[in-house]
Amino acid sequence: MMALPYITEHTGFTGTVYATEPTVQIGRLLMEELVNFIERVPKAQSASLWKNKDTQRLLPSPLKDAVEVSTWRRCYTMQEVNSALSKIQLVGYSQKIELFGAVQVTPLSSGYALGSSNWIIQSHYEKVSYVSGSSLLTTHPQPMDQASLKNSDVLILTGLTQIPTANPDGMVGEFCSNLALTVRNGGNVLVPCYPSGVIYDLLECLYQYIDSAGLSSIPFYFISPVANSSLEFSQIFAEWLCHNKQTKVYLPEPPFPHAELIQTNKLKHYPSIHGDFSNDFRQPCVVFTGHPSLRFGDVVHFMELWGKSSLNTVIFTEPDFSYLEALAPYQPLAMKCIYCPIDTRLNFIQVSKLLKEVQPLHVVCPEQYTQPPPAQSHRVDLMIDCQPPAMSYRRAEVLALPFRRRYEKIEIMPELADSLVPMEIKPGISLATVSAVLHTKDNKHVLQPPPRPAQPTGGKKRKRPSDDIPDCKVLKPLLSGSIPVEQFVQTLEKHGFSDIKVEDTAKGHIVLLQEAETLIQIEEDSTHIICDNDEVLRVRLRDLVLKFLQKF
Amino acid sequence: MLLSHVVHTAATEVCFPSPLSVLQGEGPRASCGAGAGQDVGRSCILVSIGGKNVMLDCGMHMGFSDDRRFPDFSYITRNGRLTDFLDCVIISHFHLDHCGALPYFSEMVGYDGPIYMTQPTQAICPILLEDYRKIAVDKKGEANFFTSQMIKDCMKKVVAVHLHQTVQVDDELEIKAYYAGHVLGAAMFQIKVGSESVVYTGDYNMTPDRHLGAAWIDKCRPNLLITESTYATTIRDSKRCRERDFLKKVHETVERGGKVLIPVFALGRAQELCILLETFWERMDLKAPIYFSTGLTEKANHYYKLFIPWTNQKIRKTFVQRNMFEFKHIKAFDRAFADSPGPMVVFATPGMLHAGQSLQIFRKWAGSERNMVIMPGYCVQGTVGHKILSGQRKLEMEGRQVLEVKMQVEYMSFSAHADAKGIMQLVGQAEPENVLLVHGEAKKMEFLKQKIEQEFRVSCYMPANGETVTLSTSPSIPVGISLGLLKREMAQGLLPDAKKPRLLHGTLIMKDSNFRLVSSEQALKELGLAEHQLRFTCRVHLHDTRKEQETALRVYSHLKSVLKDHCVQHLPDGSVTVESILIQAAAHSEDPSTKVLLVSWTYQDEELGSYLTSLLKKGLPQAS
Repeated sequence: MMALPYITEHTGFTGTVYATEPTVQIGRLLMEELVNFIERVPKAQSASLWKNKDTQRLLPSPLKDAVEVSTWRRCYTMQEVNSALSKIQLVGYSQKIELFGAVQVTPLSSGYALGSSNWIIQSHYEKVSYVSGSSLLTTHPQPMDQASLKNSDVLILTGLTQIPTANPDGMVGEFCSNLALTVRNGGNVLVPCYPSGVIYDLLECLYQYIDSAGLSSIPFYFISPVANSSLEFSQIFAEWLCHNKQTKVYLPEPPFPHAELIQTNKLKHYPSIHGDFSNDFRQPCVVFTGHPSLRFGDVVHFMELWGKSSLNTVIFTEPDFSYLEALAPYQPLAMKCIYCPIDTRLNFIQVSKLLKEVQPLHVVCPEQYTQPPPAQSHRVDLMIDCQPPAMSYRRAEVLALPFRRRYEKIEIMPELADSLVPMEIKPGISLATVSAVLHTKDNKHVLQPPPRPAQPTGGKKRKRPSDDIPDCKVLKPLLSGSIPVEQFVQTLEKHGFSDIKVEDTAKGHIVLLQEAETLIQIEEDSTHIICDNDEVLRVRLRDLVLKFLQKF
Repeated sequence: MLLSHVVHTAATEVCFPSPLSVLQGEGPRASCGAGAGQDVGRSCILVSIGGKNVMLDCGMHMGFSDDRRFPDFSYITRNGRLTDFLDCVIISHFHLDHCGALPYFSEMVGYDGPIYMTQPTQAICPILLEDYRKIAVDKKGEANFFTSQMIKDCMKKVVAVHLHQTVQVDDELEIKAYYAGHVLGAAMFQIKVGSESVVYTGDYNMTPDRHLGAAWIDKCRPNLLITESTYATTIRDSKRCRERDFLKKVHETVERGGKVLIPVFALGRAQELCILLETFWERMDLKAPIYFSTGLTEKANHYYKLFIPWTNQKIRKTFVQRNMFEFKHIKAFDRAFADSPGPMVVFATPGMLHAGQSLQIFRKWAGSERNMVIMPGYCVQGTVGHKILSGQRKLEMEGRQVLEVKMQVEYMSFSAHADAKGIMQLVGQAEPENVLLVHGEAKKMEFLKQKIEQEFRVSCYMPANGETVTLSTSPSIPVGISLGLLKREMAQGLLPDAKKPRLLHGTLIMKDSNFRLVSSEQALKELGLAEHQLRFTCRVHLHDTRKEQETALRVYSHLKSVLKDHCVQHLPDGSVTVESILIQAAAHSEDPSTKVLLVSWTYQDEELGSYLTSLLKKGLPQAS
């Protein structure tokens, strides 16, 4: 969602954006924080000539290795954020959203964050699931809705865990013990983090942990321009939370225990390090602040303040950035650095479990998931393994999905349905021929009964012969079946034809009506009536033949 | 056999045209009490749609304390368990006239199926039920009432629904909730089976107030809209005026040293009025105390705080800076305060003065003309609230005591129901085929019914309790059409003469309950049947002395001039074709001056073929 303003504000996009309410509210907070951090350090000049490919080639690493530099953009402004968010239409989980009458889109809980969604895109006969950033672990959000993903023709799978080898539970334990160790030794702990997401779980763990670890006197600071909003918003989205937290609301109690931490003054939040914070600041303490890249935001101050003492610890929990690269400009550092990435998104074991459960006909995923990570090429377990093999895609690649649309829904009006006469062709299979007028509006098709033929105007003389020319578009049904000669002859006799002669031919029979100079060739799949120009006779014969055939 | 009958057997219970029956399950007894069926007492409606039975709301009547307070559930099914008969129960909001009989229904009568309501309703409903139970059992000593445990067991059967979420009750029945305003968590529900649907509004409010937003529904075109009609004839003046009026009255009374009693329900209107008074007190810097009767207050406000997404936009936007539900001027009430001298404003529960604290305070203050009671909501017949509003000034209390009411009695419609304008607005939004009015008074409903029928040209019903309304719907039958056939037809629809109605011809294959419409060719292929070609050849004798080729040429030019819209061709082998009809000229075996035209066509081209023969029979025009 963080790139939304680039699409809605700069590409001429005029469509609607669908998202859940927590996604919009928390997404707004994340963007607001980002914009705030960036705008605190305005740049007088910006260099762009280095982006020229020939120049870039000559630059030192890491500039040399940066990819797609020409697509890099300036950060958006709050105005653009607001404009982008105003284009969003709020939706709820399991809400069926009709798009142009052609497809239906439904968000489902993905279990990763407050309001995070997987999406189903389906027509009446096809179903595509988009699974991105999902989690099967029990944290604060509503559990992932797996059942609704079943019977997908195609499942697009992306947003898997970035740290497939780390176990989030173990990491949380490590986080707590390192934190406690540092604080007990009189050091400070810095946790570079985003203002929403894993921080709620971390605070909850600490809530349970601090008393037993004897840390109840240590202040926790959460510094972010949106800290207060984030903590408040997390409490009001009860409907998007896991069952445990939902039931708290019925008591009524706030779903997250950080409310109690705030009440008891153990957790304090500030919009920035300026103002109130400088008065309240006590050490040793634990500080949660952004940005996790360590390139901007209040975290920079704390890195510089605490970096020189080995008593202090920085604990990385966000998996988005390599901690070594993040720390590089601060080296040499005396402070301890702990890497406890907590990424609750699906790992490869969970993916194969999920695919077994959901059983899509085809899986589509980014190319990197179809091979082991480059750094661990022997770990064949770190890739998606499914049958048939997953189709992979790359940046800017267009993929043709392997299914063909064969059917579409059409409604038969009740009046028309009443006029249809089905006949049973085979046991359990009935057929009815339908001649109807097709009406299509908003991609919805309706069959209506054909208009009544205009009453033939009796004795009135026709002015032009062309008035009488039949409309060849009136379709006659196809015929099927075969005609048993003997019965046919009997029928003919019954209807007053005499002098009937039957001749056998290579393929069938010829029935001769000598008196009428008429010849009827009967073969397995065809009948040919050859007669004089006697319409009455022809129609009589036709009707007799049709008796033996089925119409379609 | 007609298709409709096939569908009937295939899709089990669905019959076409299917009757859609709605009946109010309140039973015949209601007539002896509260003015027959059109009544604001208890809501309980049974809807049968597409073979599914859904019960909407399960309310109780606050005016009664005997059997009449609960709906007569034996009306739903005389024999057999309710669980077997009902597919689900839906509760629209937490007011007791919509959910008060729920524990009685599920635990004492016996129902184990799902009960759907929104999350705020699920949170608040058990508290109000417990509150009500306490008043009824502990204070009034009523027997045969549900217990606390029953409320808990009942709530275990509840499934929470989110706004706009499509809940699949079973394979065929789905429900969807829409925002209704009215009170926290109030919802309107769409109930859908196949292509048939019913919308039940519960109670709703079409104008946003100080803490809730306005009801909204999309153009879902239900077969039936069941709407409340509490304020069927009222067009309420602007909200601002009413608020100003309210504040003026409260202010005046307090200024002259009087006490103001505002009977409210703990949740809902109370919060709106508190916000109103709080801001007024702050602005005017008033000192008279405002109290809120004990019990639910703080808890109630807490619910509002946790369910901020259900409130109106302004509160949602500002809640981080200032939570509107944390009041500075409003304090908890203590029983002793009622006797203390000096002005004060007290919010007390319950709202209809039928029991509890509000009634106690009322009795204490009723004797002084300096005091005032403001009834901010509707009062059910039989309650003290209703009596004083209808002008009664001498009330018979328990123990033959007569209470003379000297205090001023004011009624201010703050209860958040849609007024006539709002109801019309909602009907316009949803575009239903039929409207059914419930939860209102017969006379007023009659007026609204006429108005709806006039303006929207839809039928409007207003059944009495125990009455059943049956609507016939004509649902169309969904089938799958092969894309090939559809595209072929659509492409032809784009041709210049598309205005003319075109016939689509195809074959409907019905296998089990799977219906597919395919082209006839495909149907034959799928069933492994070969096409049988029926061909006609007619001999037409023409008097023409010329050579066959020339005859053919004459036939060609003749047909070309007559059949301007058709494709007439002269082939190199001497034959003439009109569309797919073949005409060959041959010499007569006996008479050289006669030529025989062999006109040959298939059954599918019969009309044209037969027309051609008759045309040719008339002879060719003389060559010029």
